[in-house]
Amino acid sequence: MIKFKNSEITPESIYKKRRSFIKSIGLGASSLAMSTMPFVNKSFASERDKLTSYKDITTYNNYYEFGTSKSDPHKNSQIFKTTPWEISIEGEVEKPIKLSMEEISEMFVSEERIYRLRCVEGWSMVIPWMGFSLSELLLKVNPTNKAKFVEFESVYDPEQMKGQRYPVLNWPYKEGLRIDEAMHPLTTVVTGLYGKKLPNQNGAPLRIFIPWKYGFKSAKAIVKIKFVEKMPTSSWMWASPREYGFYSNVNPNVDHPRWSQATERIIGEGVWAPRVKTLMFNGYGDEVASLYSGMDLKKNY
Amino acid sequence: MRSYSKIIVFFLSLWPIYLITYQIVFNQLGPEPVDRIINHFGEWTLIFILLTLSMTPLKKITKSIEWIKFRRMLGLFTFFYASVHMLSYVGLDYRFDFEPLINDVLKKKFIFIGFSAWLLLIPLAVTSSEKMVRLLKKNWKKIHRLIYIIGIFGVLHYIWLSKTIFFKPLIFLILLIILLLFRIKITKSVSKI
Repeated sequence: MIKFKNSEITPESIYKKRRSFIKSIGLGASSLAMSTMPFVNKSFASERDKLTSYKDITTYNNYYEFGTSKSDPHKNSQIFKTTPWEISIEGEVEKPIKLSMEEISEMFVSEERIYRLRCVEGWSMVIPWMGFSLSELLLKVNPTNKAKFVEFESVYDPEQMKGQRYPVLNWPYKEGLRIDEAMHPLTTVVTGLYGKKLPNQNGAPLRIFIPWKYGFKSAKAIVKIKFVEKMPTSSWMWASPREYGFYSNVNPNVDHPRWSQATERIIGEGVWAPRVKTLMFNGYGDEVASLYSGMDLKKNY
Repeated sequence: MRSYSKIIVFFLSLWPIYLITYQIVFNQLGPEPVDRIINHFGEWTLIFILLTLSMTPLKKITKSIEWIKFRRMLGLFTFFYASVHMLSYVGLDYRFDFEPLINDVLKKKFIFIGFSAWLLLIPLAVTSSEKMVRLLKKNWKKIHRLIYIIGIFGVLHYIWLSKTIFFKPLIFLILLIILLLFRIKITKSVSKI
C-alpha cells in the first residue's frame, strides 16, 4: 500500500521507470510485487493492460460540466476551485456526517489501484488511480434497513462550470448504485492518479470509480452521497432511459442503441491499432459477476 | 475570369484535406486518431451539403447567377468527403470486417441513415455532368431534389450519433432548416408567377 500525500507526488517519468523496472525483473517477481496491490489484473503482459499516458488520461475526458467536447474539460477546468470542499453523507442513515477533504485524506489511506476504464462510446484506457474503497467511507454512517441504494450527487456551480449553464443534462449530475455494488471493494473513492493529486478535469477533488461499469456511472466532483430506499434516476437515465439503464455494466453482448459494445478502441494505440474485444464486466467478472446472479442483464442494462 | 474563380473555389474546397494532412504529419490527431479522422470528414461532408444548398439562396439574395456555377463542384466535393468519411469508417475503424459492419448498418439507426444518405448521393454524382443535365432534361431537377433528403438524413445521422444535441448537431440542424425554408419561399413565389 502506498500512503499518499500531496508532498509526495511522483513525476510521471520516474513513475514509468519504476514500472518498467518492476516489469523487467520478470513476470514471477513482478506478479509478486503486483500482488501487494489489490485487484491488479493478473496478466500484466497483455497490451490491453499497458497504462494509458498521463497526457491522454488528462486531456481526453467526458465531463459535460466543462463542455461537451473531449478537450473541453482540460481547457475549461483549470481555474475550478476545489478548496474548501465538503461531502455530505446523508439519507437513510443513523448518523449523517459532513466531511471536509482534509478530514477525508486524514481518515483514509489512498493506495494505487490500476483499473481499466471502458467508455460507453467504445474506447478504453488503463488508469493508475489513487484511492480507497467506498465501503470504508460508507461504514462510517450506519445505514438504516430502509437503505437499498446509494445516490451520488456532483457539484452544481454554473459560475465555474460553464457546461452547466445549458440544459445539456439534468444538473446536478446524479448517479447511483445498489448498496451491495457500492459496498463492493472494487468500488473506489478516487483522490488521485499517477501518484499525483486528482486533476480537475478527472473529477477533483473526489470522484467515484466503478471499474466494471461504463465510465459515466463513475460520477465526478462528488458533494453528496445519499442512502435511499428507491432506485435513483441518474442524469443519463433521465436524458434517455432507452439508452442508459441503471446498471450499465460493461457487457459486450448488450448493444447500446447507437454503439456496438462488442469491441473497443484502446486510447493511445494509434491509427493502425485494431479494435479489441470487450470483456464481460470489463474483465472484472471474477470479482463482481456474483452480484448479478439470476438477473437478466439484457433487461437490466 | 470565370474559370479563375472556379479554380479558387476548387483549392479552397480542399481545405479539409490540408487540415487533416497537417494533423497527421504533426501528430495532432489526439488520443483517438481513428475517431478524429472519421469525424473530421463527416463534419466536412455536412458543411459541404450546407454550402451546396446555399448557392441558390445566395443567387436569389444577391441577384447574381454567378453562384450557380460553383454548385456542381461543391456537390461533388460533398460526395467526395462523404465517401472518404465512409471509407475511413469501413477501412480504418472496422478493417473491412463486413460482418460487424452489416450488423451496424442494420441495427444502428444512425449508421443506417448515414449509409442511406451516401447511397442517395451516388445518382447525383453520376448525373452531375453537363451531358446528363441535357439528357435528363426535366427529370434532372427532380433527381437532384434528393439533396434535400440527403441533407436531412445527414443532420439526423449527426444528431443520433451524438450523446446530446448540444451544440454542433443543433447548429447544423438550424442552418439546414433555414436553407430548406428558402426553398419553400422560392417555390411558392415561382408558382405564383
